[in-house]
Amino acid sequence: MYSIILATASKYLLLLLQMFSLFLLFRGHNEPGGGFVGGLVAASAYALYFIANGISEAEKLLKIDPFYLIATGLMIAVSSILPSLLVGLDVMKAIWIDTGIPFLGKAGTPLVFDIGVYFLVLGITLKIMFSLAEEDRQ
Amino acid sequence: MSVSQIIIFPILLPLASAIAMLFFRRSVMVQRIISLLTSFLLLTAAGVLLSAVISEGVLTLQVGGWAAPFGITLAADLLSAVMVAVSALIGLTTVIYSFAVIDSERERFFYYPLFQMLMMGINGAFLTGDVFNLYVWFEVMLISSFVLLVLGGTPVQLEGAIKYVTINLLSSSVFLAASGILYGIAGTLNMAELARITPDLAQKELLAVVSVLFMITFGIKAAVFPLFFWLPASYHTPPVAVAAIFAGLLTKVGVYALIRFFTTVFSHEAVFINEVLLVGSALTMLSGVLGAVAQYDLRKLLSFHIVSQIGYMIFGLAVHSPLAIAGALIYIVHNIIAKTNLFYISGIIERICSTCDLKKTGGVYARYPVIGILFLIPALGLAGIPPLSGFWAKFVVIKAGFEAGEYVVTGIAVLVSLLTLFSMMKIWNEAFWKDMPRKDYAAGENSYDSMGIGQRVLLFSPVVALALLTVLLGVFFEPVFRLAESAALQLLDTEAYIVPILGGKE
Repeated sequence: MYSIILATASKYLLLLLQMFSLFLLFRGHNEPGGGFVGGLVAASAYALYFIANGISEAEKLLKIDPFYLIATGLMIAVSSILPSLLVGLDVMKAIWIDTGIPFLGKAGTPLVFDIGVYFLVLGITLKIMFSLAEEDRQ
Repeated sequence: MSVSQIIIFPILLPLASAIAMLFFRRSVMVQRIISLLTSFLLLTAAGVLLSAVISEGVLTLQVGGWAAPFGITLAADLLSAVMVAVSALIGLTTVIYSFAVIDSERERFFYYPLFQMLMMGINGAFLTGDVFNLYVWFEVMLISSFVLLVLGGTPVQLEGAIKYVTINLLSSSVFLAASGILYGIAGTLNMAELARITPDLAQKELLAVVSVLFMITFGIKAAVFPLFFWLPASYHTPPVAVAAIFAGLLTKVGVYALIRFFTTVFSHEAVFINEVLLVGSALTMLSGVLGAVAQYDLRKLLSFHIVSQIGYMIFGLAVHSPLAIAGALIYIVHNIIAKTNLFYISGIIERICSTCDLKKTGGVYARYPVIGILFLIPALGLAGIPPLSGFWAKFVVIKAGFEAGEYVVTGIAVLVSLLTLFSMMKIWNEAFWKDMPRKDYAAGENSYDSMGIGQRVLLFSPVVALALLTVLLGVFFEPVFRLAESAALQLLDTEAYIVPILGGKE
């Protein structure tokens, strides 16, 4: 069922929800939020778009195979270990830098890890969603 | 970079390479190169770790810099370091062997990343110093092994996988429940702290229950009598390279956990547990080898042998003298090398005769005498013929058994040794010596004759390397024994493990 209201709204909601997911991502660690829930919100934005516009439109919008989002997310998450290893601290010890940017505040390796989780969750959710939709299409 | 940071590499390297391979999912060749490179690096890291542990004693690493009983501790004593080194070696040879035997369909469906994840789980289990963390590593290992077991999706694989997955889920839930109870009693799951505080705890009865639960869960993983039946039911189903790494390493992780728990963590509970394990080990040896003697499927026969050999290791642990534990360690190392090699060779025999049924094989020695000799080295090693490594391993375990006055079980160990020799000779007679019953060897795409020279090099270099090691471990036994002895003494002296992690007693 195609609803023009939902289809139009989903385009704007997509942007809004993605901004909200980024907000959740950067807000995480000390306050509720973080990579996992941020990734889920971002994935739900795409889910809404896909429900309104169909699977092919959603795939066209995403441009990249969710599989590579999973791999990228994992890679980013693991790379958060590198700084502690290179500096010679205990492995995975958090390193924080005060960036001075008002919105971001302190940034550190846990944030890198969270960004990795964000992509990982987004990728896995989309992969599951697209795979289920694929069955539907056939 | 401090020296103890080397501990993280056996875990980090396979993880990083598995992720890197995901980016090259369309190019099997790149995945192969990454796998090979990682396996070499892993072996190097394991070698550095072992030499560091030999020279500096127990190494510890507090992940994230959180101090010991609160954070996650990684610790490498001699036992851990030796296990990591041997598994890295088996990982390398199996990767090379996989190049020759794994079909391209499985390769495209993430065989190599899964393999590295399996290695990560195994290494993590060897290196962790925390009970719950051990549970997590077991899960990492099991999930990878589940997928490797069913990869390809043939009906026989799925049938084996159902048994394997069911029993392992059961064992995992027992593990989790036991960890929960232990945490409730002791308030910590750090192995070093447990070792320090459990002797003074009031709830002795609960503690005894928990240690029995741990014995059961690791007993299932290690395939100890009467919890072994899943192993011969599932290990013959996946491709031979997968079966080889399972046979070589997975059950030994269970044995490792038993040794770790009942020397380091629950040293005071060990008296009761040892009596149970002693009886269990005798029955494991006996039932395993009797199962093997009755089998006519080559890989099932070898699977039953895994069970039987586990019995010797558990026997060493149960006798619990320094000599016996040293014997168990030597036995683990010897067995990992010899057993994996036998599985490699079973794969070659299968290629030549296109079957694993010993009634239908034959004449391999007449056609390929070199393969016969390569088979004899690990086979006689397993049976315990001097000067191969198995002789010394058995000799030390049996000597320790006699010294401890456990004449009945030691007698069984000697008898089982004879039966092992008998069943190895059965393989020799049926597969190598007698005439080929059908007169037609395998032909076609997957047969041995159709393999190119490059593929044969990949097929044989792991076999030759491991056979050479079986000989070398036997001939140069003295340094091996000294290493095992100091590892055993280190295990029995729990303070040697506790102090580097928690510091001295206040």
